[in-house]
Amino acid sequence: MTRNTKILWALWIILALMGGIGIFERLTMGERLAAYTSYVPWGMWVAAYIYFIGLSAGAFLLSSLVYVFGVHKLERIAKLALFVAAITLVMSLLTIWFDLGHMERNYEVFTRPQFHSMMAWMVWLYSAYFALLLGELYYALRRDVKNLSPREIQEDDRKLKRLATIGIPLAIAFHGGVGALFGTVSSRPFWHSSIYPIMFLVGALLSGGALMTFIVSVIWPEKDEAWLDLLQFLGKIVLGFLLFDLLLEWAEYSIPLWYGVGPEADLVKFVLFGPFWYVHWIVHILFGVAIPVYLLTWKRDARSIGIASALVAVTFFAIRLNLVIPGLVTPELRGLEHAYVDPIGNRLSYHYIPSFFEWQVLMGVVALGLALFYFGQRYLPLMQTLNNREVSK
Amino acid sequence: MNKDRPDRTPESEERRAVLGKMASATFAGLMLSGVLAHAQDAAPQKTLIPARPFKVSSDANQDVLIRMQGELERAMQKPINERRWGMVIDMRKCIGCHSCTVGCVMENKLPPGVVYRPVIDEEKGTYPNVTRTFLPRPCMHCEDPPCTPACPVGATYKRADGIVVVDYDVCIGCRYCLTACPYQARTFDFGEHWTDNAAKGADGALALTAARAYQNPPNFEYGKHWERGEGIIPKSPVGNARKCTFCTHRLDQGMLPMCVSTCVGRATFFGDLNDPKSLVSELAGAPNASVLKPEAGTHPNVYYLN
Ligand code: SF4
Ligand code: SF4
Repeated sequence: MTRNTKILWALWIILALMGGIGIFERLTMGERLAAYTSYVPWGMWVAAYIYFIGLSAGAFLLSSLVYVFGVHKLERIAKLALFVAAITLVMSLLTIWFDLGHMERNYEVFTRPQFHSMMAWMVWLYSAYFALLLGELYYALRRDVKNLSPREIQEDDRKLKRLATIGIPLAIAFHGGVGALFGTVSSRPFWHSSIYPIMFLVGALLSGGALMTFIVSVIWPEKDEAWLDLLQFLGKIVLGFLLFDLLLEWAEYSIPLWYGVGPEADLVKFVLFGPFWYVHWIVHILFGVAIPVYLLTWKRDARSIGIASALVAVTFFAIRLNLVIPGLVTPELRGLEHAYVDPIGNRLSYHYIPSFFEWQVLMGVVALGLALFYFGQRYLPLMQTLNNREVSK
Repeated sequence: MNKDRPDRTPESEERRAVLGKMASATFAGLMLSGVLAHAQDAAPQKTLIPARPFKVSSDANQDVLIRMQGELERAMQKPINERRWGMVIDMRKCIGCHSCTVGCVMENKLPPGVVYRPVIDEEKGTYPNVTRTFLPRPCMHCEDPPCTPACPVGATYKRADGIVVVDYDVCIGCRYCLTACPYQARTFDFGEHWTDNAAKGADGALALTAARAYQNPPNFEYGKHWERGEGIIPKSPVGNARKCTFCTHRLDQGMLPMCVSTCVGRATFFGDLNDPKSLVSELAGAPNASVLKPEAGTHPNVYYLN
């Protein structure tokens, strides 16, 4: 073990310990330690959920470029992308599961179907997507574990293509559905916008693509010419989506802000100039846009691409926080927060900052995701190409 | 209370019964409704509504509470889908005493952080041109509620009589409905207790015992028993969305909602909007009646007079 590996392990153990405690507390004490309230009913966990699920949809769509459209340049990362999509999906489902007041009743979404509820649709669609993902992984990996005849491999390829083809509209539907979950809420002017489903899709492709680029830049076994070529190609994809996402964000913010009047304008001002202005300007614009754009446009060496995509992938969480929370921070009726207060848990308040416990649970989920990823890339043949196996160590 | 006495006319008899009912409203809310709910569990069809409806007098000076009581009993004789409960709140009469809030908290044993009917106290203008208005805010029991279609499991829905309810045994606690309500009339039960910070200081233990005696007995929303509790599987309504029920459990027993009974200013009116002769129909049709946020398109069944 090198020194660096030791440090990484130590960090992971700390993360897992903290997370373990958080999850234990969540299971035994419910949501009492969480800081969200009745007036800001969704907090960081919901933001984390849509962030993880976006990573999943993005990574999945990237793999589909190979399986459906035969983009050969990306062939080498297709399986890895599928695997990352599966892990981030597990992470997102865990996070949102911890957010439920009655975790044990989650099955009701299937036993009591409500066709008018956007949330129900979202759950059904990502359940279908999960099943499809597992199927794809199975057919993509089987050939490297078992000795298959060329005919069988061909057969598997056909199945893969079929699954991935179904997967594209499914991924678009379910992640667009996550956007619609917010967009359809007419009582929240900040969310109630038709651009959301589209923004969510672009955001997914951006964050998922960036995550994949970062992973490839770090853990690829052979850092040769072909690898650099692949990285630069991925870097271009990330840059493209980054700029497109910025354009959508401009539309989203500039329209309500133009005349500066109305409830939506106030909320956009809250995001841009409110108490958490730095989340937008420093975390998102500086670290999530300006630096990555610079690195991806003018540097373009492997290291820069790796750093840029890591920055994009991580800071995208700030965008998600800035979507969920500002939608909730202003009273629907003026003065409601002073009408009746809660001296015990302060649950009748518009003030929300995630509690340490919320971070802890999130750490637990991330630690689990990292562990799954570690074992996967170690024991599954994820980094081989579609048709030959010479890349693996 | 209802013992036959030859010296009384049936009219005054009924009047006394109603007044008696109202005088003991607080007591009834805490104790009696429990007993009644027990009884109701055994025989759910039976209610205590007298077979002969209460007669509404044409006397203009009749107390509104007596009039509403009579109208309530009359409405309860109809099939459920022919009733449409509504409320009218006279903002000129509300004195901002919060009695309705407190009455509701007691009636439904609401834990900290859960509130069904806060009174918003708004100061308008700048000194010296200042006025204050008070706006009690129950659930509007909207005609077109945005909260119910959002629910992924159908736990919250609009009953045939217009009351929007939450089935605590079904709700998964996702809080989507909380985000969907334009009036923020829903709160989440985080599993907190009034005694959570108690037992600090000299009288701690005593205070704790006394307070637990209050907080541990069940509440009777929707005519059932609800004993709250936390844990890996929380006992509902912990972990659920909660909201004003128009006191369905009281209506079933022929009683007005608690906030109406406890309103000091006689500023809250309740009744059947499908009954053109009812007080609420009369008031809701007045030119100075309005609803909150009409632009939300929810068509509330709670009206304000101003
Ligand atoms: S006031 Fe809110 S909770 Fe009540 S019915 Fe309307 S939308 Fe639903
Ligand atoms: S919190 Fe309960 S009632 Fe509200 S939408 Fe979720 S499951 Fe339905």
